[in-house]
Amino acid sequence: MKSLAELEEIRKKTLDQINLRTNNQDVRVVVGMATCGIAAGARPVMNAFVEELSKRNLSNVAVTMTGCIGICKLEPVVEVIDKDGSKVTYVKMTPEKVARVVAEHIVNGRVCAEYTIAEAEK
Amino acid sequence: MRDLSLHLMDMIQNSITAKATRISILICADRESDLLEMEVKDNGIGMESDFLKNVVNPFTTTRDTRRVGLGIPLLEASANRASGELKITSEKFVGTTVKASFKISHIDRIPLGDLAQTMEGIIIARPDIEYDLTLDNKKERFNFNSSDIKRRLGEVPITNFEVIKWIGEYLNDGVKTIFGGILDEILS
Repeated sequence: MKSLAELEEIRKKTLDQINLRTNNQDVRVVVGMATCGIAAGARPVMNAFVEELSKRNLSNVAVTMTGCIGICKLEPVVEVIDKDGSKVTYVKMTPEKVARVVAEHIVNGRVCAEYTIAEAEK
Repeated sequence: MRDLSLHLMDMIQNSITAKATRISILICADRESDLLEMEVKDNGIGMESDFLKNVVNPFTTTRDTRRVGLGIPLLEASANRASGELKITSEKFVGTTVKASFKISHIDRIPLGDLAQTMEGIIIARPDIEYDLTLDNKKERFNFNSSDIKRRLGEVPITNFEVIKWIGEYLNDGVKTIFGGILDEILS
């Protein structure tokens, strides 16, 4: 059974790491989380991002959500916004695709072209 | 929507769109009366009475990308399918309460689903909002309050991955303790 007292341990443990790094969040991951997105499976996609980023300890990435972007048939839709403001829109996302987007795009800076909206609309 | 936790995520998204800063969620399963209820209460901008009257109509929506809004009609359909109902009360500039009920033993009652995943997701996306979640089985209660967690964490952000993971496990424990054996999809 989890107890609230464990939060104190987490606090102590993570405090040092927080002081070491700057709290700048360079990259933003925005998941479409309106009715259309949720029904299409956006929640597991979002949790996959959190899990994958956590595994790689990428605390400079913010995961957030937005409403309907207007392309419901391509949900789950995820936008990855780099620190220079450039935006890549990934469509029909799955937790499996998330692992690749994190490894290739967020870590190595190479856009996964085949998952983007440009590719889907061809 | 496949389960209640997905409907919950959708209702919370509505509250966020309504500029809520505080969202209280109550999920109550009572074996005696065979009733499962989910209530989402926010302090958002509320709805005008005319909009409220038509809000279960799929062609009523505030979104500007489409003329349909299916979140509330889908929740009502899920409730109705399990001999339950949907009640919405709202007051302009005060807030909105959405309450859905389900007959627990009904064959078409949707399962609770992954409540922890819903809460982890919304907390990480909107950590600025205060969330209060209560699970109740009429004998025991479990409460999770994000402000309380933040107070305990001090300068560590609630979106810290370790913290989010802990929250998920903590909520799963709560679900098991309160609903185990009462909702048959959750083992005691």
